[in-house]
Amino acid sequence: MNLNRRSLLQLSTAAIALGVTGLPARAQAIDELVIAYNVTLPSWDPTVGPSAVNPTIQGFYQSVFDQYILQQPDLKPAPGLLTEWGWSDDKKQVWMTVREGVTWHDGSPFTAEDVAWSLARVAKPETGSPIQFVWGTLANHRVEGNKVIADVVQFDPTIFKWMYFLTGYVLPKAYYERVGAEGFEAAPIGTGPYMVEKFERNAFVRLKANANYWGGKPDFDTVTIKFVPDAAARVAEVESGNSHVTLEMPYEEYDRLKGGPLAGIAAPISDIGMIFLNDIDVMTDPNVRMAAAHAIDKQTIIDRLLSGYGVKIDTLQTPEYDAYDASIQVAYDPAKATELLAASGYSVDNPVKFKIQTTKGFKPKDYEVIQAIVGLWRKVGIEAEIEVYEIAKHYELRGADQLAPAAFYNWGNSVGDPTTSTGFAMFGPSPHSVWDGEDLIGKIGPLWGEADEAKRIEGWKAVDRFVAENALVIPLMQYVQPILHAPGVVVTPHASGALLPHLMKRA
Amino acid sequence: MRLLQSVLVRLATTAVTLFGLAVIVFVVIRVVPGNPVAMMLPPGATEADVARLSALYGLDKSIFQQFLIWAGGVLQGDFGTSITARQPVLELVLGRLPATLELSIMALIIAIVIGGLAALTGTRLRGTRVEGGIDVANGVALSVPDFLWGLVLILLFGVLMPVFHISGRVTPSLELPFVTEFYLFESVVRLRFDLWSDIVAHMFMPALALAIPLSAIIGQLLKQSLKETMHLDYVTLSRTKGYGETHVILREALPNAALPTLTLVGVQFTFLIGGTVIIERLFSYEGLGNMAIDAVINRDLPLIQGIVILFAVIFTGVNLFVDMMYAALNPRLRHA
Repeated sequence: MNLNRRSLLQLSTAAIALGVTGLPARAQAIDELVIAYNVTLPSWDPTVGPSAVNPTIQGFYQSVFDQYILQQPDLKPAPGLLTEWGWSDDKKQVWMTVREGVTWHDGSPFTAEDVAWSLARVAKPETGSPIQFVWGTLANHRVEGNKVIADVVQFDPTIFKWMYFLTGYVLPKAYYERVGAEGFEAAPIGTGPYMVEKFERNAFVRLKANANYWGGKPDFDTVTIKFVPDAAARVAEVESGNSHVTLEMPYEEYDRLKGGPLAGIAAPISDIGMIFLNDIDVMTDPNVRMAAAHAIDKQTIIDRLLSGYGVKIDTLQTPEYDAYDASIQVAYDPAKATELLAASGYSVDNPVKFKIQTTKGFKPKDYEVIQAIVGLWRKVGIEAEIEVYEIAKHYELRGADQLAPAAFYNWGNSVGDPTTSTGFAMFGPSPHSVWDGEDLIGKIGPLWGEADEAKRIEGWKAVDRFVAENALVIPLMQYVQPILHAPGVVVTPHASGALLPHLMKRA
Repeated sequence: MRLLQSVLVRLATTAVTLFGLAVIVFVVIRVVPGNPVAMMLPPGATEADVARLSALYGLDKSIFQQFLIWAGGVLQGDFGTSITARQPVLELVLGRLPATLELSIMALIIAIVIGGLAALTGTRLRGTRVEGGIDVANGVALSVPDFLWGLVLILLFGVLMPVFHISGRVTPSLELPFVTEFYLFESVVRLRFDLWSDIVAHMFMPALALAIPLSAIIGQLLKQSLKETMHLDYVTLSRTKGYGETHVILREALPNAALPTLTLVGVQFTFLIGGTVIIERLFSYEGLGNMAIDAVINRDLPLIQGIVILFAVIFTGVNLFVDMMYAALNPRLRHA
């Protein structure tokens, strides 16, 4: 090929024009689904390391791997790789029946050995599973025909719920042992609806449909998930037609674009906004705590700041959770708040003072919500000083029980069990709790090992009532996840917040 | 000989600087609140779990012990393993460096072209409205930060006139035959202009966003230098010889006026690489800057260290190169 300056320029111009005209158009039929995702995927092993417990990236994992038990969009469990499961009558053993006819992405058969090996692997401390404390409650995993049996070292009523929660994924025993951890990172395989075709760190993952998927072949043969952390860029991606689906944009943008050239769906997810109250300083005074709770007009905050996209909550349970009790209410009552504060000697002229910590930009309008709350508190005689911190600092302070008297946080609980919401958030000995009251510890303690499920759930409801009545924490709202998509795609939202391509269909 | 001596002294001071920086970064990221174990602790974890995970990542040792282990590894070319990506840090960082370098170099070229043209045009048409217009445009370009230019460009050329790609470095569906990570360079070498155009269509907006403020700086400085040079005797002599104004500017004034601009470009190039952090994030460009933000968010200590050290090596390396170039181009320094 002879190239001179003129022909190079001509070729370049033509190539740029080709590249430009090659940009995807919204109006075109969708052959390859492109999703602009809000987070990046650091690592492919869904069972170890920090990524394994990052709720925001579980959607990637669930596209490639299967969990032991399938979780439906409403958070309810359903048969997955395990078709049946349960405890022995004496609760000394667990048993699991493994689905037959499933294959790994490399074509090799999936067996009960894979399930037993996956469970045993994460139960070992040296594997580095952050959830080892749960998986370690089972031991001596063994295969009997199509069943996996394990001994119960310590009874945990939520063990099967963890099988569709963080790190609850089945990995391929033979393949993993052959290629090792590094080989698995480079070429991960699962039994999930999509196979990894190409992965560029910090850029994109390209998936191919698994034609042999036990749940049926996904609608889109090829899916590209671009990692686009910036919200403005994500909106531009779908507005320009470069991507067909995106999520987590400002609600104002969502309202502007849905119903226009794009369709939108906004559904509640399992993330909640809450204010931790630490039992230090003025927060040991129940009047102050209850006044702080009654002075917050949650619905108005949701309507004004979140454009109505949020669900007011008064316990740490959302309506989808097992222990949700609609009868537990904490009313917005500024007069009562004023009265409670007066009983402790505080007023607008002599306000009670404390610090409230919050993130800024970590969750939608987090800082603005706290600003509004501080404004409402000021009207009844509470003067709160806002301190902005990074989420990493929150984790460290919470782990060391050094949070300020009040601290905003968002709590995710996609498994919907009360132990992973009220339990870990409010149980004093847990490193995630900053409320150390003995009375509450006494109420929660017996529930950890309660074998009677109905009694266990009722027990947690009673705990939630106690927490609400004594204002030991201030639940604010359940978040709503906005999703914008091209009209050619039908998106089924998942209450866990995971955006799953295999739940998307052509319109 | 003196130049060689000077280079050796600079290399020695650079090594000391890098060591000092490594110590500071190592200590600071471990002292500030937010450790990676706290980040990954799930609900229900006990103190024993904290201890187990801390030991797994070597965070149970004293900072001094951790530094000795890390420094020992670095001397053998092992920068540790990323906590989040679970890959060797050096491999990750070197894998992303070419993308950032290509972006920075493209931005620099655009900045030099725009700034240079603005300066030359302003000088050629000095005293006219065009010069005034160029000054105003320079002021605007300088006062708006690069990430805002990025948003403006996304709106203009990504949404309203979708000419360029908004995110990424290359279209995911393309098969890349490259053996290096220098996609743009290799696409030219392989005469794959289909890939080249796709890469440029991805890279142009972030590069332009980075380039606009720098082009204003270059334009202002070069124009000022040209203005001063245009009053020197040898330029006047050139005019009296009958050369046209354009010839005088390009052939007589520019070579001398370009020298201070070259120094500035060198210094600004390091800032340009620093600026890629925000721009790469905005355009989801898979470079070092984008990776740096994720590393900080996730408190991936080994990766943060690796990226900072590499940035420092680039900064000091570019400064050294610029000094040498300056010495080579400036006869007074060359013969001093």
